[in-house]
Amino acid sequence: MISVRGLRKSYGELEAVRGIDLEVERGEVFAFLGPNGAGKTTTVEILEGYRERSGGEVRVLGVDPAHPTRDWRERIGIVLQQTRMHPELDVRETLELFAGYYREPRDVDETIELVGLAEKSGDRVGRLSGGQQRRLDVAMALIGDPELLFLDEPTTGFDPTARRRAWEVVASLRELGKTVFLTTHYMDEAQVLADRAAIIVGGRIVAEGPPERLGREAAATEIRFRLPQGVAVAALPLGGDRAETDGRIVVVHTKEPLRLLNELTGWALSEQLELAALTVGAPSLEDAYIELTEQAGR
Amino acid sequence: MSIVALVVHQFRFDQKTFWRNPASVFFTVLLPVLFLLIFATIFGDDEVESLGVKTTTYYVPGIITLGVVSATLVSLAISLTVDRENGVLKRTRGTPLPSWVFIAGRIGNALVISTLSLIVLAGLGRLVYGVEIPFERLPAVLVTLAVGAASFCCLGIALSAAIPTEQAAPPITNFVVLPLYFLSGVFIPESEIPEGVLSFADIFPIRHFFEAFFTAFSPTTSGAGFEWGDLGIVSLWGLAGFLLALRFFRWTPRAS
Repeated sequence: MISVRGLRKSYGELEAVRGIDLEVERGEVFAFLGPNGAGKTTTVEILEGYRERSGGEVRVLGVDPAHPTRDWRERIGIVLQQTRMHPELDVRETLELFAGYYREPRDVDETIELVGLAEKSGDRVGRLSGGQQRRLDVAMALIGDPELLFLDEPTTGFDPTARRRAWEVVASLRELGKTVFLTTHYMDEAQVLADRAAIIVGGRIVAEGPPERLGREAAATEIRFRLPQGVAVAALPLGGDRAETDGRIVVVHTKEPLRLLNELTGWALSEQLELAALTVGAPSLEDAYIELTEQAGR
Repeated sequence: MSIVALVVHQFRFDQKTFWRNPASVFFTVLLPVLFLLIFATIFGDDEVESLGVKTTTYYVPGIITLGVVSATLVSLAISLTVDRENGVLKRTRGTPLPSWVFIAGRIGNALVISTLSLIVLAGLGRLVYGVEIPFERLPAVLVTLAVGAASFCCLGIALSAAIPTEQAAPPITNFVVLPLYFLSGVFIPESEIPEGVLSFADIFPIRHFFEAFFTAFSPTTSGAGFEWGDLGIVSLWGLAGFLLALRFFRWTPRAS
C-alpha cells in the first residue's frame, strides 16, 4: 500500500526527514511514532500529496503522491491535525457535502453511526466539542470509502474518555479492512492500536517492528526484589548488569532476563535466602521510546 | 456526478453557509440597503448638478457598485482566508474534488449574491425613491454586472493570498475598498470631489466599474449604455487578479 525508499525533505538548511524507508501492507494499522518536530507530519504530508519531497522514492497505492490524480484521491482518506469545518453546517450536511465529492461514497447515516455521532447529526459543527469535531474529521475521511486512511495525531488534546472512544473508532476501521497510517506521540496509542510501529527521531527511523517487539528489543526488562537481610548489593550474582538500590529494594535492568533470573533464584535457593516481593516487569513501548529518544538526542 | 452537477453541489452548500452566517448576510446584503436608505434620506432631493440627475438617482447605481464589490471582492477575500486558515481548503484539496470546481462554486455564490443585490437595490430605488429601472438598457446593465463581478471575484481571490491571518482579513479588505468607495464617488457625489482625487481614483477598478454602471443605469443616458473603455480597464484589473491568484493563491494555512 505504501512504499518509501530513502525519503528526504529539507527546508532550506534544515533537514526534517533524513532518508527513511517504510513499507505498509494492506490491512495493516501502522503507527508512526515520534516526539514533536521529529518529522512525522512532514512525512505523512508527503504521503498524502500535500508536500513535495527533496529526494527518495515514494509510492502510495502504486502512485507517486507528488502527482496526485483524482482516481488516487478517491482511494485515500485523510484526517489532518486540525480542521475546523464550516460552523454553519450541521454534521449531516458536512458529510453530505463531502460525500458529493466521491464517485461511490459510503452511506452518510451509517458513517455518522460508525464514528458515534448519531445523536449529534443535526447539530451545527460550531457547537461540537473538540472530541466530536475530531470524530467528524474521521467520518469525513471515511465517507469516500477509502482503502487507505491517514490519521495525523488523531487524539492529541483529548481527555482519556475521548481517547478511548477514538481508539474504538480506529479499531472499527481495522474491522472494515482498511489500511491505516497513524501518526502519534503517544506510546500507549501505538501499543493498543498498531500492528506495526516505526519510531522516528530527528528525521531518522530509529526502530521498527511490532510494538511489543520494539519494546523488548530496545528496553531492558526490569527485575525488582527486596534485598535479603545481611547481604550486600555487591554480593548479588548479577553478571554484567547494574543494580540500583535504596538499601531495601533492588532494581536491575537487564536485556537477558532469563539468564539473570536463573542465576539469582539459583543463588538464593543455595544460600537459603528469600527474594521477597520479586517482580519481573515487561518493558513497555514507552520505555523503548524514551530510551531511543534519549539515545538519538545524545 | 457530472462536472456540472459537482459545481452545483458545491454551490448549494456555499449558499447554505452564506445565508446562515449573520456577518456575511449583514455586511454583504443588508449593509448596502442601509447605505442606500441613509444616503438617499440625508441628501434627499438634491441634484448632482454636473450630471443633471437627482441625488437618489445617483446613489442607486453607486450603492449597487458597493453591493457588487462586497459580494465579490470583499466576500471572497475574507471567506477564502478564513477557510484557508481553518484548514477547510487544505482538507478539500485532499478529496477528489477538482480545485477549480471548489472555486467555481464560490464564484457562483458571489455572482448570485451580486445579482440579488442589484435586484434588491434597484427595486428599492424604484419603490421608495421613484428611480427608473432602465429595462431598455438591460443588456448593458447585465454585461457591466458580469464583467465587474467576474473581475472583482478574481481580485478577491488574489487579495486573500496576501492576507496572513483570519483576524487580518476584514481590516485589510476594508482598508483596500473603503477609501476607494469615497474617492470614486460611490459615497460622495462626484461633483463634490476634486478633479485630482478623481483622476487618482481612475487608476483603480472601482471608479471605472461605477462609471460604467452609472451610464448603464442613469435615465440621462441615450443609446445602449455600454462604456467599453471603463469595462476594458475593469477587465484588465480582473485579468491581473486572475494571474496573481494563479501564482500566489494557497490552499494550506499560513499559520502552520
